[in-house]
Amino acid sequence: MSEQHIRLPEGSIEKTTTTLNLGPTHPATHGVFQNILELDGERIVSADQTVGYIHRAFEKIAERRPLYQITPLTDRLNYCSAPLNNMGWHMTCEKLLGVKTPKRVDYLRVIIMELARISDHLICNSIVGVDSGAYTGFLYVMQYRELIYEIYEEICGSRLTTNIGRIGGFERNFNDIAFQKINKFLDEYPAVLKEFENLFTRNRIFMERTIGAGPISADRALNYGFTGPNLRAAGVDYDVRIQNPYSSYEDFEFTIPVGTTGDCYDRFLVRNEEMWQSLSLIKQAMQKLEQFKGAEAEIYHADVPEYYLPKKKDVYTKMEALIWHFKIIMGEIDMPKGEVYHSIEGANGEVGYYFISDGGRAPYRLHFRRPCFIYYQAYSELTKDAMLSDAIIVMSSLNLIAGEMDA
Amino acid sequence: MSLTNDIIKTKLIEKFGDQLTGFEEPYGMLTFEAPKELNLKVLNFLFDDEVLKFRFMTDLCGVHFPDNKGKELGVVYHLHNLVDNVRIRFKVFTDINTPDIFTATGLFSSANWQERETYDFYGINFIGHPNLKRILNVDEMDYFPLRKEYPLEDQSRTDKDDEMFGRGGTIGFGTEKTQHGTIAESEKHNEGQEIV
Repeated sequence: MSEQHIRLPEGSIEKTTTTLNLGPTHPATHGVFQNILELDGERIVSADQTVGYIHRAFEKIAERRPLYQITPLTDRLNYCSAPLNNMGWHMTCEKLLGVKTPKRVDYLRVIIMELARISDHLICNSIVGVDSGAYTGFLYVMQYRELIYEIYEEICGSRLTTNIGRIGGFERNFNDIAFQKINKFLDEYPAVLKEFENLFTRNRIFMERTIGAGPISADRALNYGFTGPNLRAAGVDYDVRIQNPYSSYEDFEFTIPVGTTGDCYDRFLVRNEEMWQSLSLIKQAMQKLEQFKGAEAEIYHADVPEYYLPKKKDVYTKMEALIWHFKIIMGEIDMPKGEVYHSIEGANGEVGYYFISDGGRAPYRLHFRRPCFIYYQAYSELTKDAMLSDAIIVMSSLNLIAGEMDA
Repeated sequence: MSLTNDIIKTKLIEKFGDQLTGFEEPYGMLTFEAPKELNLKVLNFLFDDEVLKFRFMTDLCGVHFPDNKGKELGVVYHLHNLVDNVRIRFKVFTDINTPDIFTATGLFSSANWQERETYDFYGINFIGHPNLKRILNVDEMDYFPLRKEYPLEDQSRTDKDDEMFGRGGTIGFGTEKTQHGTIAESEKHNEGQEIV
C-alpha cells in the first residue's frame, strides 16, 4: 500500500492517543464530510473537520447563467428544505429588480416556506433520535414528510429538489388538491408532533444523552456566526423573520423560542417549538388567503414580463408572449446594475445571497451565505473533552447538511 | 434613538477621516471602502465602539475585478449590529500581485473558514491566519478558480464529442452543420454583418 493511504507520522507508534477517521462516508455522519478525531480512550482530545467532498462550484456556474437557471442550483444547497432556498433566491432577484409581489403571493410563499421548515426540523430532530438509539420516532414522522413532499408535488411537480416558484411568484396557482393536502397536514400533524414529543422530550434516556452534550455559550455562538435554531438554543433571539421581515412576515403572529445552554437538548427543544410555530403560521396564512375573493384569489404572480414566463397558451397565440418567452429562455435580458444582499431565515439559520450585478445577463458575482458552513467550524470546540458518542449526536443536532456546506 | 446610516457614516469619518471612500447605500445598506492596511482597524472600531456595536459577522467573501488595475481583488465584509438591527457592508481591495490582507480571525471565529474559502477561490493571502489552506477544493490545485481569468466553458464549443449531451454529435439541437460549422459557430462568423 502506498504512503498516501496509511500515514504514520513521526512518533505515532509510541503515542497514547488514537486517531479515528469519522467519515467521509461513515453512516453516522449523514453526509459526506470527515472528522479526524484524536481520542484518549473514548474521550475526544481534538477534532479536525474536512469539508469539500461534494463541492460543485455553484458560485462559478452562476456567473454564466440567467437568473431562472440559478434556482435549481439553490435547491442543492440545503436539500432538506429546498423551497426555502428557492424562495430566498427569488426574493433576492426581486429586490434587485425592484419587483413588488402581491400579498397573496407572499402568503402562499409563507405556507411553502413553513412547510419546508417543518420538514427540515422533522428530519433533524428525528435523526437526533436515531443517533441516540431511538429509531421509532424517525420512521413515525417520515410519513408526514412524505405528505409535505406531496404538497410540493401538487404545486411544482417535484419533491426533493423542488425548483419551486418563479421570480415574481409561482408557476401556477395552488390547485384544490394542494389545499386539501395542506389542510390534511394541518389536521393530522399536531397529534403526530405531540406524540413525537411524548416519545422524546421527557424521555429519561434521551435527556441524559443530550443534556450537556455539545453546549455553547451565547457569546461564543455569536462569535462563531451561529444563526437559526442553533443560535436560539444558546439564548439569542435572533430570527431574520422578525429582524428583517420579508414576504409579509410582519403580518403574522408568532414567537421565537429560545434555549439557555445551547446543548443538544436545547437545540432539540427549539426545533420542536419552531415546528409548532410554523404550524400556526401556516394556519394564519390559510386564513389570510380566504380574504381574497373572485379575481384576487387567482393572483399567483406579480406582473414582471421580463422575468416571469408567460403561459404556454399565450406563447403559441400571442406575439408579445412569444417574444418574452424567447428572451427569458435564451437569457437575453439585461439586469439593472447594483449589489444586493438579501437573507431569509432558512431551516439552519440565515441563508444569505450576496449578488453583484454589472448590468449584464448573469450575475457578476454571487455568493451564498450558507449557515452550515459557518457554524460547522465550532464543531471542534463543541466536542472538546466530550465522549465519542456525544460527537455523533452533536453532529446530528447541529443539522449539518453536506450540500449546504460545500456549495 | 436608533442607529442610522448617517450616524455610522459620521462616526466613521470622524475616526478615519478621508481614508474611507466610496460611501453608498445600495438598497439601503451602507457600503464603503477602506484601504487594505486599515481593515482590522475599521473592524475593531466598528466592534468596540459603544454606539456602533457591529459584533456579528454575517458574511465574508471575495470578489475579482480584473479591470480595476492595482485593486483587482476585494474582500467584502457584511457586518450586523444585532441590537439596533443595522447591517453594513465594507470592502477592501488589494493588488493581485501582492494579495495580502490582515485576517479577521482574532476578532471573529467565524472568519476562519470564510477566509479559507476566500483564499481557496481568489488566492487572497490573509496575514496571521492560523490555518490558511484550501477548504473546498483539493489541496493540489494550483490556481484560484473563481478569478475571472478562468471563464466557464463556452457552451457552444464543438470540439468535444459528447453526443449524449447534445453537442458535437450528429443529431441534436444547435449541432447541425452549416457551411461554417455548427449554427453557433456560423453565428459567430457572421458577427459584425448587418442583419437585414
